[in-house]
Amino acid sequence: MAGLVYYSSASGNTARFAARLGRPAVRIPASPGDPMPEAPGPCLLICPTYADGAGRGAVPKQVIRWLNGPARRAALCGVIGTGNRSFGPTFALAGRIIAEKCSVPLVHCLELAGTPDDIARVSAGLDLIEERTCSIPLITA
Amino acid sequence: MKDMTGTRPLRAVNWNRVADPKDLEVWNRLTANFWLPEKVPLSNDVQSWAQLSEAEQRLTIRVFTGLTLLDTIQAGTGAPAMMADAQTPHEEAVLANIAFMEAVHARSYSSIFSTLCPMAEVDEAFRWAEENPHLQAKARAVSDTYAPGADPLKRKIASVFLESFLFYSGFYLPMHWSSRARLTNTADLIRLIIRDEAIHGYYIGLKFQQAAARESDGRRAELKDYAFSLLFDLYGIEALYAGDLYDGSGLTEEVKAFLHYNANKALMNLGYEALFPPEACQVNPAILAALAPDSENHDFFSGSGSSYVIGRAVPTEDEDWAF
Ligand SMILES: Cc1cc2nc3c(=O)[nH]c(=O)nc-3n(C[C@H](O)[C@H](O)[C@H](O)COP(=O)(O)O)c2cc1C
Ligand SMILES: [Fe+2]
Ligand SMILES: [Fe+2]
Repeated sequence: MAGLVYYSSASGNTARFAARLGRPAVRIPASPGDPMPEAPGPCLLICPTYADGAGRGAVPKQVIRWLNGPARRAALCGVIGTGNRSFGPTFALAGRIIAEKCSVPLVHCLELAGTPDDIARVSAGLDLIEERTCSIPLITA
Repeated sequence: MKDMTGTRPLRAVNWNRVADPKDLEVWNRLTANFWLPEKVPLSNDVQSWAQLSEAEQRLTIRVFTGLTLLDTIQAGTGAPAMMADAQTPHEEAVLANIAFMEAVHARSYSSIFSTLCPMAEVDEAFRWAEENPHLQAKARAVSDTYAPGADPLKRKIASVFLESFLFYSGFYLPMHWSSRARLTNTADLIRLIIRDEAIHGYYIGLKFQQAAARESDGRRAELKDYAFSLLFDLYGIEALYAGDLYDGSGLTEEVKAFLHYNANKALMNLGYEALFPPEACQVNPAILAALAPDSENHDFFSGSGSSYVIGRAVPTEDEDWAF
C-alpha cells in the first residue's frame, strides 16, 4: 500500500477528501515558514489547481517546494489532480503538470472534495499501487 | 468643525497589507479572467442558429432570459448586500469585482440575442420570465435573503446556491448544443461565464466557512440545517422549472442528473458533504466534456492500467522548479 501526501488551502477541499480516505496522510503546510515534511515512503500526491486564466501558476508554490526535494520526488509514485471542471481547459491542470515534470502517472482527477466514487476508486487504487506501479520507478531509480 | 472622537475613521484599502491572502489570490484570478462579450465572435453562430427548430430557438431564448434574471439579481442586490457584510475593505473590493462581472454576464445574453434572434421573440421571452412561476420562485427565494437586515451568513449560503447550483439548469443547454457542434461560439462565451461563477461560488463559500468557524456550535448547526433545507426547497423549484423548459425535448431527466451533480458541488463550496448519491449524478459524459474541453479525462485505476498515462504538453513554470 502506498502512502499519501496532500496540499490543501484555506478552502479545505483536499483536506476533506484526504480525511475521508481514512488512511494516514502527510499534509504539505500552506505557510512557507513551516518545515517541509519528508515523504512517508512510496506515495501518491494529491494536489489542487490554482492557475491563472492562461494556466500559469497551476501548481501551488508549496507543492513545488516539496517536489524540489530529490528524495521526496524519488518516493513519488503518482499524482491525483484536483480542481473544478467549471474552470474548463485548465481542469485539474496541476495534476497534469506534476505528472509530466516528475514522469509519474496521473492516476486520477477529481473535483473539489470528491465524490463517494472518487473515494472508492482512490482507495482501491492505493491498495493496488504497490504491486502495479510503484515498483517500476523504484527499481529503476 | 465637528469633533472626531467616537467615530471610527474611514479606512483606505491597502493591498500591501492583506489580512486574508485568499482575497488577493481571488482578486488576481478575477481580474486576469476579465472579458467582454465583444471578444467572442458570436456572429459566427448565425448559420447554426438558423438550423435550430423553432421550438429549439424558443427554448434557448428562454433559458438565456432565465440566466439573465439571476445575473441581474446578483449584480444589483446580491453582491452589493454582501459588500455591506464584508469584514475588510479587500473583501469588499473582491465583491465589487463580482458585482461588476455579473452585470457583464447579464449584458452578454443581450449580445447573444441581438446577434442571433428577432427582437419580438426576445421580448416574448422577457414577458415569459416575469410570468413563469418557477423562475420567479427561485429568484425570489434567493432575493429574500438579500433584503436589508437579513442574516449575513444565510445570505452567503443562498448566494453560493445561486452561483453554483441555480445557474446550471440553464448552462446545461449551451453545453448540450456545443456537444452537437451547434452554437459553438455562444458556448465559448457561456464557458467564460461558468468559469467566473466557479470562482464566485468558491470565494463566497470560503468566506462563509471562515465566518461559520467563528460561530458557536449551536449556531453552526442552525446554519447547516438552513443550508440543507434551502437546497431542498430550491431543488424542488428547479425540478419543476427544468420540466417546464425541457419536457418538450425529452431532456428533463438528463438535466436533473446535472442539477444533482452541481448541487453537490455547491454544498462542497460551503464545506458540507454531498447530498445526492452517485447514482443520481450520472451526468452525460458529452456534457462533462463540453464543460472542460482539452482537459482529457484520466482514469488510471479503472483503465487497463498497463502503461503510464502522462499529461500532454502543458505550460511549465521553470523558474520555480529546481529540477
Ligand atoms: C484563484 C483560483 C484559481 C483556480 N484555478 C483552477 C483551475 O485552473 N483549474 C481547476 O480545476 N480548479 C481551479 N480552482 C479550484 C480549486 O482547485 C478547487 O477549489 C480545489 O478543490 C481547492 O482545493 P483546496 O480547498 O484543498 O485548496 C481554482 C480556485 C481558485 C480560488
Ligand atoms: Fe454571473
Ligand atoms: Fe457569479
